[in-house]
Amino acid sequence: MADLEDRISESQKMGMQILKESDDDRLMTLSVGPQHPGSGHFRFIVKLDGDYIVHCDPDPGYVHRGEEKMTEYRNFIQNIPHLERPVIHDSTNITYSYSLAVEELTGIEVPRRGQFIRAIASELNRQVYTLYWLAIYGIFLGHSTMFMWPTGDRELFIDLLEALTGARVTHAFNIPGGVRNDVPNGFKDRCLRQITYYEKRLKEYEDIFYNNPLVRQRTEGVGILTKEDAIRLGVTGSVLRASGVPYDIRKAEPYDVYNEIDFKVQYMKTADSFARAYVPFLDMRESCHILRQLLDKMPEAGEVRAKLQANPRGPPGEAYRRVESGRGALGYYIISDGTPKPYRVKISVGSFRNMLALPHLLVGAKMGDMPVIYWALNYWPVEADR
Amino acid sequence: MATVPEEFRFGNFLASIIWVILIVIVVLTLVILPLTFIVLFYLPLPPVNGEVLTPYLFLTMIVDPTRTLPIVKYLIHTTPFKVIVFPGFVFAAIIAAATIFVERKFLAKMQLRVGPLYAGVWGVGEGILQLAADGLKVISKEILIPSGADKPIFWAAPIAFVATAAAVVALIPVAPGWVVSNTNVGLIAVFAILGFFPLIALLFSWASNSKYPFIGGLRALHQMIAFEIPFILSALSVVILAGSLNLTHIATSQHPFWFILVLPISAFVFFISSLAELERVPFDLPEAESEIVAGWLTETSGMIYGLIQLGSYLKVYALAALFVILFLGGWSGPQIFPHQLGPPDAIPLVKVLTLQGFYNHVTVNAIFWFLVKTIGIIMLMLLPRGISPRIRIDILLHTGWYKLIVLAFVNMFVALALIYAGILGPGGSLSIH
Repeated sequence: MADLEDRISESQKMGMQILKESDDDRLMTLSVGPQHPGSGHFRFIVKLDGDYIVHCDPDPGYVHRGEEKMTEYRNFIQNIPHLERPVIHDSTNITYSYSLAVEELTGIEVPRRGQFIRAIASELNRQVYTLYWLAIYGIFLGHSTMFMWPTGDRELFIDLLEALTGARVTHAFNIPGGVRNDVPNGFKDRCLRQITYYEKRLKEYEDIFYNNPLVRQRTEGVGILTKEDAIRLGVTGSVLRASGVPYDIRKAEPYDVYNEIDFKVQYMKTADSFARAYVPFLDMRESCHILRQLLDKMPEAGEVRAKLQANPRGPPGEAYRRVESGRGALGYYIISDGTPKPYRVKISVGSFRNMLALPHLLVGAKMGDMPVIYWALNYWPVEADR
Repeated sequence: MATVPEEFRFGNFLASIIWVILIVIVVLTLVILPLTFIVLFYLPLPPVNGEVLTPYLFLTMIVDPTRTLPIVKYLIHTTPFKVIVFPGFVFAAIIAAATIFVERKFLAKMQLRVGPLYAGVWGVGEGILQLAADGLKVISKEILIPSGADKPIFWAAPIAFVATAAAVVALIPVAPGWVVSNTNVGLIAVFAILGFFPLIALLFSWASNSKYPFIGGLRALHQMIAFEIPFILSALSVVILAGSLNLTHIATSQHPFWFILVLPISAFVFFISSLAELERVPFDLPEAESEIVAGWLTETSGMIYGLIQLGSYLKVYALAALFVILFLGGWSGPQIFPHQLGPPDAIPLVKVLTLQGFYNHVTVNAIFWFLVKTIGIIMLMLLPRGISPRIRIDILLHTGWYKLIVLAFVNMFVALALIYAGILGPGGSLSIH
């Protein structure tokens, strides 16, 4: 704890001091978003004393679509395409846990090859999402090259996923019982070539962005979220791991084939914005190892999808399954009353839980730190609103 | 009531064109030409080559093109030409426009993109007309003024911004004798004019009656004041060595050795400070997009935005040129242009085409080397945009007030030591006069 206190930068300490002294009548209220270039479909109202933020009030809900209610009017299969809308850049992962929960309810067993293809699609999609996130983090810091490079390299993974699923971003690939279709010819070689190239690029990203002294100056020691606070606020995914908690759903409760894969949970103990920005990058690198193993161990032939009845249904009951998405734990709680349609679906997303740490971190920070702290929380406004 | 376009008829179209031509001819012959001649009749025109320049002499140029040469030679040495065209506004504006295009292409290549691609001339020069397209777009946009804005200042600030940038350009010599205003306090005048920019930024941001511009304006003020002092101090060591504040004299006084060889730290401080002065990455805090929308430019629209962009790129040229004059020896460089472009006794048309009479190989050479160095420095100024993020305001102020001032002083002592040792400076053993 003591060394964490030391790492809080000078400006942050001054912010804490100002926070104690500031009166209401010298504050300036700013509405950051939803039309602010640094906010996304989201608004937070901040009060400034000079350049220091003394109050922050997140106001999500601009893109609420009623996904949970919509699921009650469609059967288990029909739900897939609209459930991936909240986070189209990570659409395989958001339908992954849904499929797992439905499989638990209906008692379907996924063929082994199908499980591997699911995991491959999930890891590829994690890369796509994290690259998109990294691009926006780059432009939030004013680093335009870091916006263009990941956006360009993301395209290569999108091409792979297009070859696999037939769609660029909204794949609707995971369905209860397996995946929609088998891998195309030559997919494995193409994927391996891609990963080899991509690992070289990751090194370049590190050189131009993470090892850049100005990036370090801006992110290190900014927005410290201690281990205790991280657990208390219930953050998840890379934000939790950046605070020194090595918790990954793929390791903690392995689903499908992840217990056969050898990988390390990437975490950092510095608990600042730099750690929160760096852990997703380490995850991307680790994801490359996972992809290699998955491609290696995948059975050469076999079914990819279990045979389903026309309208899959199970006995009345409930199921909760979660996966590790790009933003952390993504869980589905489904109650079934024995009909082909779910009785109630609750989506627990990582974005919303990470957003709850925002007021805690922004208070006492400078206005210039706002985008650095905000986007490092790995928050996707559309997913949080569901 | 719906408006329906009239049916297109080719005859009507032709008739309208003929009408336009007719009106132009009538107005030209009956109004504009007489007016021009009346005005010229009352203007005291100077004698050129022994004959008095009358309006009718202009007509003889059509018959004998060589007669234009002395007139052109006379005209390019007049003050209006210098102010408007050559070392002045149009020249700087062309460089500014080229800078915008080069910046976009250069950045695109760095970021594995193509940059502006489609607005070209018949497929050649990919995207070279993009700036013209952007300019037309900006001109045709509606200018929105926020409610409660202070309108006179809101309108005046962008014009003042361009005018102030152009005023800096007026003090920059591009070749021996080629400067709009050759004052003995040139360097001080440059800094005095540069001191107006934070004021304009703050006034404009205050006049826009909006919160984000206000924050941006305050940031601009803080930043420019923090970097003004190292900026001036780094130039001071050059003044100590050159023994003059006249920019032409500073450029010529570094004849054997450019000052960057003895004052590298000053050059570095000057370069960093001019990046901060220009609000370029990594010092683009006043326009930080992800933090304060567009900073003090948030409420700009249409040509107001265009003017401020033009002004800021004029500033890029002015400060790059100033760096060249202070540290890179100005226009000095090996003579690569011939004494004359064509044979001395050629036919009149060739004489005109080879610019005989006012082609001066020394001046052309000076302008060439000056431009080469200036463009190099501009490219160096564009480079950080591709590799660097924005820095935070407290780091920026810390850099300006603590580090750069100290560095500027370090090199000032080097300059003083060189003077006292009698090595460089006026009458120094290494100076050639």
